Amino acid sequence: MATAAEVKQRIEGGIEGASADVRSDDDVHFSARVTSPAFDGLSLVEQHRLVYSLFEEGELGGEIHALSLTTETP
Amino acid sequence: MTEQPEQNLRDQIAAAIRDNDVILFMKGTPEQPMCGFSARTSAALQSLPVEFAAVDVLPDPRIRQELSSLSNWPTIPQLFVRGELVGGADIVAEMYESGQLAEVLGVEGGGGPAPAAEEPSGPAPIQIENRLS
Repeated sequence: MATAAEVKQRIEGGIEGASADVRSDDDVHFSARVTSPAFDGLSLVEQHRLVYSLFEEGELGGEIHALSLTTETP
Repeated sequence: MTEQPEQNLRDQIAAAIRDNDVILFMKGTPEQPMCGFSARTSAALQSLPVEFAAVDVLPDPRIRQELSSLSNWPTIPQLFVRGELVGGADIVAEMYESGQLAEVLGVEGGGGPAPAAEEPSGPAPIQIENRLS
């Protein structure tokens, strides 16, 4: 189990200048809105990859069943 | 020399991505999606005038493993257009709503709220080609 606070901390700790609004009703399905200047110039696929890269292989789809993402630059 | 089965499977996945202009890897099928994210993504595609190939990753967990390692994308669904990963469920929904998805697909349509993922009531107007089975 993970909490929204843990997922938020992971994202904000892993991406420079990121602020993340993370929500979860059940601690397995999460939705995150992430804002970071690090996304500047990246395609949407690259932006999402950057966030996914902070999680271990098998963690997404495993312990974290779903992480729904919206990414944007400030 | 015999090829490793995994290598062979990965080659098959790469070939399917190369040979189909629009291909969706999903859980279940467009008629019977097995996951809400796959359902929403295939519903968005079905609402546009485009044919797409769909591959169900559920029958063999190796498909998902090999696909993710090939695409550097951890989750399902995954939509490829002309060999390029367009994205997963979130990106496809976002692009549908902005009209960009139709643009990438070279068709008219989309824009506005993404269609609800309901079971289609009749035969879906699409062609399904599962080249991996």
